[in-house]
Amino acid sequence: MKKKLLSSLLSVAMVSALLVGCGNTATAPAAEAPAAEAPADDTAAAPADDTAAAPADDAAAAPAADEGKVLNIQAWNEEFKSRVTDHYPGYEEVDATHGKIGDVDVVWTITPSEGNAYQNNLDSVLPGNVDAAADDKVDLFLVEADYALKYVNADVTLPLADLGITDADLADQYDYTKKVVTDADGKLKGASWQACSAGLIYNREAAKDVLGTDDPAEVQKAVADWDKYVETAKAAQAKGYKMCSVNDTYRTYSNNVSGKWVQNGAIVIDPNLKKWVDDSKALVDAKAETTDDLWGDDWAKGKRADGKIFCYFGPAWFFNFCLDVDDESTIAHAGGWGFCEGPQGYFWGGTWICAANGTDNPSLVKDIILTMTTDKAVLKEIATADSDCVNSKSVLADLAGSDDGNIALLGGQNPYAELAAGAEKIDLSNLSDYDQGCNESFQQAMKDYFMGKVTYEEAVDAFVKSVQEKYPEVTY
Amino acid sequence: MAKEKKKTSQVVKYNKWGYIFLIPFIVVYLVFQLIPLITTIYNSFFENYMSGLKQVGPNWIGLTNYITIFKNGDVPKYFANTMIMWIAGFIPQIVLSLLLAAWFADTRLRIKAAGFYKTVIYMPNLIMASAFAMLFFTLFAKTGPINSLMIQMGVFTEPYEFLTYTASTRTIVAFMNCLMWFGNTTILLMAGMMGIDNALFEAAQVDGATSTQVFFRVTLPLLRPILLFVLITSLIGGLQMFDVPQVLTNGDKTALRQITTMIMYLNNHLYSKNFGMAGALSVFLFIITGILSIIVYKFSTSESNE
Amino acid sequence: MSMPNEEYNDVEGGLGLFARRLIAYIVLVLLTFLCLFWFYLLFINSSRSNSELSRGFTLIPSTFFMQNFNNVIHGTLPIMKGMRNSFIIAGTCAIISTYFSAMTAYAIHVYDFKAKKAIFTFILGVMMIPTQVTALGFIKLVEGMKLMNSFIPLIVPSIAAPATFYYMKQYMDSTLPHAIVEAARIDGSSEWRTFNTISLPIMKPAIAVQMIFTFVANWNNYFTPALILKKDEMKTLPILIAQLRSADFLKFDMGQVYMTIAISIAPVIIVYIILSRSIVGGVAVGSVKG
Repeated sequence: MKKKLLSSLLSVAMVSALLVGCGNTATAPAAEAPAAEAPADDTAAAPADDTAAAPADDAAAAPAADEGKVLNIQAWNEEFKSRVTDHYPGYEEVDATHGKIGDVDVVWTITPSEGNAYQNNLDSVLPGNVDAAADDKVDLFLVEADYALKYVNADVTLPLADLGITDADLADQYDYTKKVVTDADGKLKGASWQACSAGLIYNREAAKDVLGTDDPAEVQKAVADWDKYVETAKAAQAKGYKMCSVNDTYRTYSNNVSGKWVQNGAIVIDPNLKKWVDDSKALVDAKAETTDDLWGDDWAKGKRADGKIFCYFGPAWFFNFCLDVDDESTIAHAGGWGFCEGPQGYFWGGTWICAANGTDNPSLVKDIILTMTTDKAVLKEIATADSDCVNSKSVLADLAGSDDGNIALLGGQNPYAELAAGAEKIDLSNLSDYDQGCNESFQQAMKDYFMGKVTYEEAVDAFVKSVQEKYPEVTY
Repeated sequence: MAKEKKKTSQVVKYNKWGYIFLIPFIVVYLVFQLIPLITTIYNSFFENYMSGLKQVGPNWIGLTNYITIFKNGDVPKYFANTMIMWIAGFIPQIVLSLLLAAWFADTRLRIKAAGFYKTVIYMPNLIMASAFAMLFFTLFAKTGPINSLMIQMGVFTEPYEFLTYTASTRTIVAFMNCLMWFGNTTILLMAGMMGIDNALFEAAQVDGATSTQVFFRVTLPLLRPILLFVLITSLIGGLQMFDVPQVLTNGDKTALRQITTMIMYLNNHLYSKNFGMAGALSVFLFIITGILSIIVYKFSTSESNE
Repeated sequence: MSMPNEEYNDVEGGLGLFARRLIAYIVLVLLTFLCLFWFYLLFINSSRSNSELSRGFTLIPSTFFMQNFNNVIHGTLPIMKGMRNSFIIAGTCAIISTYFSAMTAYAIHVYDFKAKKAIFTFILGVMMIPTQVTALGFIKLVEGMKLMNSFIPLIVPSIAAPATFYYMKQYMDSTLPHAIVEAARIDGSSEWRTFNTISLPIMKPAIAVQMIFTFVANWNNYFTPALILKKDEMKTLPILIAQLRSADFLKFDMGQVYMTIAISIAPVIIVYIILSRSIVGGVAVGSVKG
């Protein structure tokens, strides 16, 4: 009996692999569906072949009853799980890694991102997903912007259009969130519920001390571009403040590059990144900026007045979760921060939901993506309950115009208008597959240059070496 | 076997048990270590890696991987880093361990609560290396307690960034390794000493030998096998140094890379699943360890034959 | 340092006993502090909230101990299952690794056969191969054997532990004379019985030592288990701690991380103290000596 079962599964898998091999991705999910039933029915061999051989035309419309019994979701942390648990209608939690939606079992596989383990795991399961046993097929997986293109530009991710999600469904989302998950052929392959546009979060006391005002509009004038920012930083230094860490400003520069990291197979250091190096070197030498690593103890000192830090760079999530508002000794507790757009628009963070090629639950996958990223009631709930800056122009406009958007730790300031404006400005046309590796290596290699231990050329050599270890085919 | 003569059959009957007792080790070894090892060596002759989701190779390229590593000077540099940090940690570690083992064994010294001390010295090894490194991180941070203490005492005028400078970071790595492993070494030495006949010590004392003489003339020579074991395993452990420097320096991705050890370098190649380069590096590591161990082994056994 | 030549000069020839004792105690107390300080720090840190921890270092415990404890125990990560998994893996490894290493060492020590020298050299050579070197091949093998998410690839390989074997062999060289084995043979004991009931008890201190080392090494091992165990209910404590450390900003809580580390250290301390008695307390050593 076991043998028979196995052979029926195999034949189904082979036929569906052939179908996918023909490039007709839309039919793949439907062809998969019978395989899910095979385990329950050991006489399924013949019918399964029949169904698979006659591909259904409309995959997305296939009734949920014909779909897989297990929804597998890959994630690197529990963020999305808690969003689904709290906000997706009909989701019941069974235990830490299992849930139920109707009669479909939801299985969460959480692999920490430490040591690249999460991506290694995706790399090992996704390419074979189409041929995997029904209950093991990955249906949804999550990605971050830094490496999204790696998966989006490969066949392992299903275009949203194949699930029946249209551009009209996503009209309220910010363009940059779509750019992150658009492949080389212009196909959209994921969606996010977050819009993480970011700006400059300044210490109001320091601003008064250095600039004579803490009004967001006035402070913005003092940091409106990088030259003014450098001037302000030097003024802050004269008053005994450090502006921030060179690592705080990096994302703002790197989001606004004029070309991709790797062009025609060679590394190109963008003028804006060279500007980051020059500005930062000058400011570190003037003792106006630190070289502290983000999240470290030294970096965290600025959360309190005696840390003497002028500002941090961050998005909305930074307010509530990185400034320790509950701690009585922090600036945040006293409502002492202010928010302005800063020198250039940029974003930081965010999680994108992708459908895995080979999923056997296409209609459920479609519904989860639509509900979690476009349903305004759900997004409003997420914005208020979890303080996510949600990916919806209209919800953000609502917040900007109401007292719901006033934030105590910003001294009552409502930052949503700035956040929304910032999100519109983000330009991600120069995103590439190599971003995560290159950005990491570049920041790390330059640290020794800022500290005065090596020359710029030596730091660049070290950077190139580090990138070539990650991507051996790249030249310089 | 069946053809053996009757006379020798008795010995043979016993000695076949030698093979029988070896079966579990050999079988498990062949399956779980030799097959992966051969795969690794085999891979070192290919260009074979992943760039993103793109698989490059495997293409046969002969010794190119080996030549690349040799030419760019990486291997000698990281080998030197590794050895410096190992030696800096091992010398205090072995001195401390010998001293403690001698004290504990010294009947005239009669250390009180020796059991307590013996138990305590191994305990740093119970903490995960990553957790241990996290603690050192807070301790040696720019705004951490060591810096504030030093400033209060007037040693420093402004905070010293311990973990960004080579010498201080290497010292901290060596100190951590020493602290984590000296208890381990002491226990090995004490277990070795327990195998020494007490009568030998007593005889030496009756003959009027000082504690120092007993230690150098009686204890040390008898400890030679265990010392050799300590030296070789520590050398091998040292060449495999990874966790502590990796966590402490967050992978040492700075331009200078003076903390990067051989295995950290290997780990960099695992990022791109570079089977070829990682394989070549592994073979190098294997050869280096082998040569060093043979030197140590020959050196200490020839001395004992004098 | 200036007085040693006075009292015990005739006996010691070096420092006086009093001075030597003083130095010994000073060093020991200092070392004890250096060894135990980290446990105190972990305890302190596990009693602090995330925002207190970001404030830096302190020596005074805070009030969040129970809260952190409850957060960890009732959190979404299966810490208790993780502890059980770690126990199964580390415990089994410690037992089979020491037992089979002793057996292998016994084979080399006691018997005389053609391939003996070759095998001994071979095992010594094997000892030099770092785990990381074969990691890539190891995963491929385990995938091929369909043993991902199983404890088998984590436990069974510990049978072939060259370093443990080498230690056992060295220990046998100094404590297990062939005369004992010969005597047992004359008494009619089978080889199997001689090994298990006569030789093993002599090896007790060495076995205890290696059991501790193997247990601790496996308990704290992150590298290999992280490659093999992907399902939450199979994960070991170090993997769960790594998971906790890479939590998103909503859940990120260093207090919980330190608490989990503290919780995961407690059992090893207990196992260590139990096993260390057999080393420290001085087992009746060496049956030959008496």
